[in-house]
Amino acid sequence: MNRTKINAPVDVLIIGAGASGAAVAWSLADTRMRILCLEQGDWQQTSRYPSTGRDWEARQFEDYAISPNRRAMPADYPVNDDDSPIKVANFNGVGGGTILYAGHFPRMHPSDFRVRTLDGVADDWPIDYRTLEPFYALNDRMTGVAALEGDPAYPRKAAVMPPLPLGRTGEVLGQAMNGLGWHWWPSDTAINSRDHEGRAACINLGHCGHGCAQGAKASTDITYWQEAMRARVEVRTRCRVSRIETSEDRMATGAWYFDADGEEVFQPAEIVIMACNGIGTPRILLNSASERFPDGLANSSGQVGRNLMFHPYALVRGRFDQPMDGYRGSRVFMWSMQFYETDPANDFVRGYCYQFTRGAGPVATAINGMADGLLPWGEGHHAAFRSLFDHQAGMVSICEDLPEAINRVTLDPQLRDANGIPAPKITYRLSENTQRMLDHSVARGTEILKAAGARDIVTRAPLSYAGWHLMGTARMGTDPKTSVVNEWGRSHDVKNLFIVDGSVFVTSGGVNPTSTIQAIALYVADQIKARIHDLFD
Amino acid sequence: MTSSIEATTTGPCGLSAGEIECLRCVAGHMIPASAVHGVPGADDDVILADMIRSPGRDGAALAALLRRIDAAAGGRLAALDAAVQVSLLSAMRAEEPAALAVLEAVVCRAYYRDDRVLASIGMEARPPFPLGYKLPTTDWSLLDPVRQRGPLWRPAD
Repeated sequence: MNRTKINAPVDVLIIGAGASGAAVAWSLADTRMRILCLEQGDWQQTSRYPSTGRDWEARQFEDYAISPNRRAMPADYPVNDDDSPIKVANFNGVGGGTILYAGHFPRMHPSDFRVRTLDGVADDWPIDYRTLEPFYALNDRMTGVAALEGDPAYPRKAAVMPPLPLGRTGEVLGQAMNGLGWHWWPSDTAINSRDHEGRAACINLGHCGHGCAQGAKASTDITYWQEAMRARVEVRTRCRVSRIETSEDRMATGAWYFDADGEEVFQPAEIVIMACNGIGTPRILLNSASERFPDGLANSSGQVGRNLMFHPYALVRGRFDQPMDGYRGSRVFMWSMQFYETDPANDFVRGYCYQFTRGAGPVATAINGMADGLLPWGEGHHAAFRSLFDHQAGMVSICEDLPEAINRVTLDPQLRDANGIPAPKITYRLSENTQRMLDHSVARGTEILKAAGARDIVTRAPLSYAGWHLMGTARMGTDPKTSVVNEWGRSHDVKNLFIVDGSVFVTSGGVNPTSTIQAIALYVADQIKARIHDLFD
Repeated sequence: MTSSIEATTTGPCGLSAGEIECLRCVAGHMIPASAVHGVPGADDDVILADMIRSPGRDGAALAALLRRIDAAAGGRLAALDAAVQVSLLSAMRAEEPAALAVLEAVVCRAYYRDDRVLASIGMEARPPFPLGYKLPTTDWSLLDPVRQRGPLWRPAD
């Protein structure tokens, strides 16, 4: 190391201040260790969120767009996803993806951790639902999850506060599901249905997906991070980590990063925790290749960057004769797990959940209507618009994506970020199993909307700009030959390197992963604390 | 957003006068004024001015597309007869829906925030925050049939 700027060492260095970094930081804070989190983005100002302005819909496509390639803000790094039908969505800043997520907060199901045993595909996880259950519950309390107890699709779990209202949309679709005899339930949502821990209740802004100005949605900048900082955890923003440094004894010694002025700095640490999501973590590990680790750090298995799973989405949307909720109300409010578990009658294994959706604002109604062929240019525009606006609703299916080695994150040979760090390149194909699952979800979704009385039903599968869920690229397992981290999140190769984000997922389940990502982060933190005296053995 | 802004001849986003002329022409075909609904067209001066100053990240793609449309029209779309304009734009939409989607997005983002248009579709001219909106309360007895069917999850032990 011939660089000159070297910071004072810390005990724990966390890279990434999103969903998992916040949870692990908060949990470790009670150790009184010196904990530092490096975050490439910044704190958000709620006064800048789109819903505060008259141009709220237009601003969804600007600084709070879901694609890092479109945003191209200083906090962002480019992602080459040309070789994937599903494009990456993320947010870089304190809070990470939780700034823009809709707050749909399902847990994975017990069967998700046993797919090899139950269905003969992929691999079982080295941990199970029971292992994570107390951490799911803890995370629900820290997050403030609105839910209705008694969902027959899950083992019993407690609700922190009452569920969000279904609105007219939920009532119409719930009645249709009842008519079909299919499961539905109000979603577990990371959105306050009442004041909670100093955060206000939801006022139905309908803008959960682009930053919640009300603070009712539990992004980690206003939940975990506030608690962690009060416990003296430091968050250092606008610091982009380029690589992890190692010593001759194959231990991590800290991380190199570029500070806000573009200066390269070394941050020494006793423990390094990766919390950069399923793209960012393999990117840094691969960029940390050295003489000691020629294939990238923690990559003796060759699995770093492989097994990328996205959750392919299908969309089914219809037009109703009666007014629905339109742009008002939380974006998520109701799910169905009817087709979640493997059914031998299907031509695919595993399954999916439905996340029901309300309508959209006038701009999105118009743009979608034109794209769907329902809204003409010219004379007929106004009448057609009025038949769509406030009259649409539907669902998306979230399909389980099974791990495949060919779906992966590598380093792009040309593309670099503003600091000159090689950018990630995504290679991804839909499997036959996933395609069949998507087709099934479109067909059943269409049945649901028809049963609800909808017309002009449109479908899209897979949704392109829906690569929110980034999983599997540093998988967990007990065998160092086939996995990157062990059953408690520690790298097999580097004994003081941990990973707590969606990279460690062995399989994806068919639900939004944030609840599970955070439960795993809390579980790994708990393991670190329990094993602190022989952590590196 | 209705304001006193006058239509500009050179857009702050960098659109040339020719590109603005083309944009006005396309916008008017896309969303024409309607006496029935009491709304202006997307080629209205105020709406067009808003459009010109706020293409955001679509600015470059918009300008390139407008130049292509003019080129396909033999120089100036606006110089053609209205029926020929419609025919040409229809053909381009059919051939290149993704490219034209940029134009649709830019036009709709400005049009559907104009006070007059919002009033016409029954929407208050305000941002969602801080007032928010009301939803009806839910009668959870709607879930009784789901409860009666019993557990759905698959034991894994």
